[in-house]
Amino acid sequence: MNTLTARFLTLNSWQRALVAGALGLFALSITRIVAGADDLTSGNTLIATLATAAPIIAVALGGLFSERSGVANIGLEGMMVLGTWFAAFAGWQWGPWAALAGGAFGGMLGGLMHALATVTFGVDQIVSGVAINFIAPGVARFLSSEIFVGEGANKEGTISSSPNITDAMGRFSVPGLADGLKSIDDKRWFFVSDVAGVLRAFVDQMAWSTLIILLLIPISIYVLWRTPFGLRLRSVGEKPSAAESLGVGVYRLKYISVAISGALAGLGGAWLVVNVRQYGEGQTAGRGFLGLAALIFGNWQPIGVALGALLFSYGISLQQAVGTKPIKALYLFIAAAFLGLCLFMVFGRKSKRGALMLAVVAGGLYAYYLNTDEVASQIVYMTPYIIVLVVITFASSRSRPPAAVGIPWRRGQSG
Amino acid sequence: MIKRISSVLLAPAIAILTSVIVASLALIVSGHSPLAALRAMIEYVATTDSLVTILNRAAPLYVVALGVAIGFKMNLFNIGADGQYRLAALIAAGASSAFSLPRVLHITAVILIAIIVGALWALIPGVLKVTRNVNEVISTIMLNYVATGLSAYLLVNYLRNESLPNVAETKTVPESAQLPSLNGFIENFGFHFPRLTVLNGFLPIAILVGILFYLLIWRTRFGFDLRITGASPAAARSSGVSPKGMIIKTIMISGGLAGLAATGFLLTDFTKYNETFPLGLPFTGIAVALLGRNHPGGIAVAAFAWMGIEQASRGLLPEKIPPEISKILLGTLLISSVISFEVVRRRNLTQTIKQAAGAIPGGRSSSDPPHVGSTSAGAPA
Repeated sequence: MNTLTARFLTLNSWQRALVAGALGLFALSITRIVAGADDLTSGNTLIATLATAAPIIAVALGGLFSERSGVANIGLEGMMVLGTWFAAFAGWQWGPWAALAGGAFGGMLGGLMHALATVTFGVDQIVSGVAINFIAPGVARFLSSEIFVGEGANKEGTISSSPNITDAMGRFSVPGLADGLKSIDDKRWFFVSDVAGVLRAFVDQMAWSTLIILLLIPISIYVLWRTPFGLRLRSVGEKPSAAESLGVGVYRLKYISVAISGALAGLGGAWLVVNVRQYGEGQTAGRGFLGLAALIFGNWQPIGVALGALLFSYGISLQQAVGTKPIKALYLFIAAAFLGLCLFMVFGRKSKRGALMLAVVAGGLYAYYLNTDEVASQIVYMTPYIIVLVVITFASSRSRPPAAVGIPWRRGQSG
Repeated sequence: MIKRISSVLLAPAIAILTSVIVASLALIVSGHSPLAALRAMIEYVATTDSLVTILNRAAPLYVVALGVAIGFKMNLFNIGADGQYRLAALIAAGASSAFSLPRVLHITAVILIAIIVGALWALIPGVLKVTRNVNEVISTIMLNYVATGLSAYLLVNYLRNESLPNVAETKTVPESAQLPSLNGFIENFGFHFPRLTVLNGFLPIAILVGILFYLLIWRTRFGFDLRITGASPAAARSSGVSPKGMIIKTIMISGGLAGLAATGFLLTDFTKYNETFPLGLPFTGIAVALLGRNHPGGIAVAAFAWMGIEQASRGLLPEKIPPEISKILLGTLLISSVISFEVVRRRNLTQTIKQAAGAIPGGRSSSDPPHVGSTSAGAPA
């Protein structure tokens, strides 16, 4: 057991993600057979997962840039809202590709406001983030009342929704591969079909906007870990005074990274607008906060962050794509996972109390699974957030945020 | 004295000026006259009916903002007032019709239920923070969603008014649990309300909570410990204050106040919990706590001003000016005031240090350097 864990820890993060993903898929595959819920891992569910995840990944990567430079950013939600409005405006005027650029621009405005308050004026970062979450919906609503009302082909523009974007963002399927994988996926063989389903999600009917956001994951890794800019940015987030003493322009770097952060959040908002070809008030529905949770879940590492976003999205899209039935099977899965973790803790001589707690939770979930026909939709709604809470609770002792995040830093300050 | 007053008023003055300029510019760019807007707003708001409406809405806002403020006082960011308020409103509404008592007792019981529900929901992030070091900003945000789902579940399955099959709402709070209006009391003094204008009975409760808040923070051992923990956790620990105990107590008071605020609407204007219940209030409460510098006096002004501007903006519609300008005004007011408070605070700090080099700056006064955003310590990690 221990040698296996040690081997796992020597892998790099890509390989770890792959191993963890494969193990998770294998377990889900068993669950779907046992619980008779085929949709748990069908290609359609996974396609929906990827689509749900895209905006959350964008926002979470936005949070990554900001927090890696030492600026906590709970204003992501507000920046995303600005992104949705500007995306809708640009999309209505110039089409879906312009919408993506417009969204990034709008989010960047929010990011610059956050940078102005926190970097130039040293305002508490949480306070500034809260303020931005306030302003953004107000700005969007005012702008809508001035610009959107009564516009559009069918006069569909109102104070809370934009005119439609005429063209849809294109989608692509890899010829041959998509159909082949789909036919394997549809067979619903144990594990094989599940793997095919996962692969199919990446090659079948994917919107270009989704692809762009997925590509941002390796790009972020490259920029943050393989370029001098990334090294400086991270050093500012760990020990700004040390970075300054080496000649790094701390303020300038923080400005750039918070602006990037806003742009990525805005891009996430733009994805939502392009997806339904319209802006709507409340369209972001807290995805900015989910992105923040994914960031913490992923321990401020891009791959972890993306996995976190995928995990939450899986919970959300199961409910939306295929109804509440497979969620019940998911409870069985979580119960099994907790039991496994509990056994691991008992044999690994970890905290007995924690193990007991896990066993109780697992037992409770199993009892719920046995006694429920169909999970109430409100419970389903809560599930992803409870998962986040549980994961953060158990992972918090291992989490390692950038050392200087949240602390206002003044030029020339020691420490 | 004059110097002290001017240093207190400087930051709000800058903030108000900035936000008025920004809102005026927004109006001019969109082709409206700022002066006409101002006139319409003042005319609309300067009536007894408007003022009573503002007081009725500001009172619960004040209480929820005090709850947020007590957390801010020790750098505890209770973003979860939303969930605490929501669950308290729902459960108090459902429970109120389940039993009957004489009026005073019934009101007290329902208010206590709301406070307890709010405090218990706030206990979850508190426990997670002290036992597992979970950042309360994240846990309270997640718990807000959980509370949204949980309240919908409880409403549909347990607390619904079953005589209405297709409507998701609780039964109406019984008469004996509703707070009496203050009209009768005030008319004793010769003042007469216009017809249909009702001053709600929650106002005295809000004032009382404000006074208790002041006494608690600045006149008790607990308040002293709380302010020390906010200013410097290390100093607090070395002087024997248990940070864990402080976190648990503070977050429960914070949640309890959010729950209490819910009764400000539930037992007055909105006598049942359904989708029209004003659920956005705690979100505004965070802004008002920031505007009011976490001080009961400042928050009272901020809550009144906030609701005043919202009420006044209704007067813009007949003038064909978009009332949404109030959102721009309030948003800029919020960000420019947090910035100007910080700038003025730092300026005052530098002056104090210059004046009394070597002496320790500080001491309690209404111009206290804000604890939120102190550059030295205690920022949330």
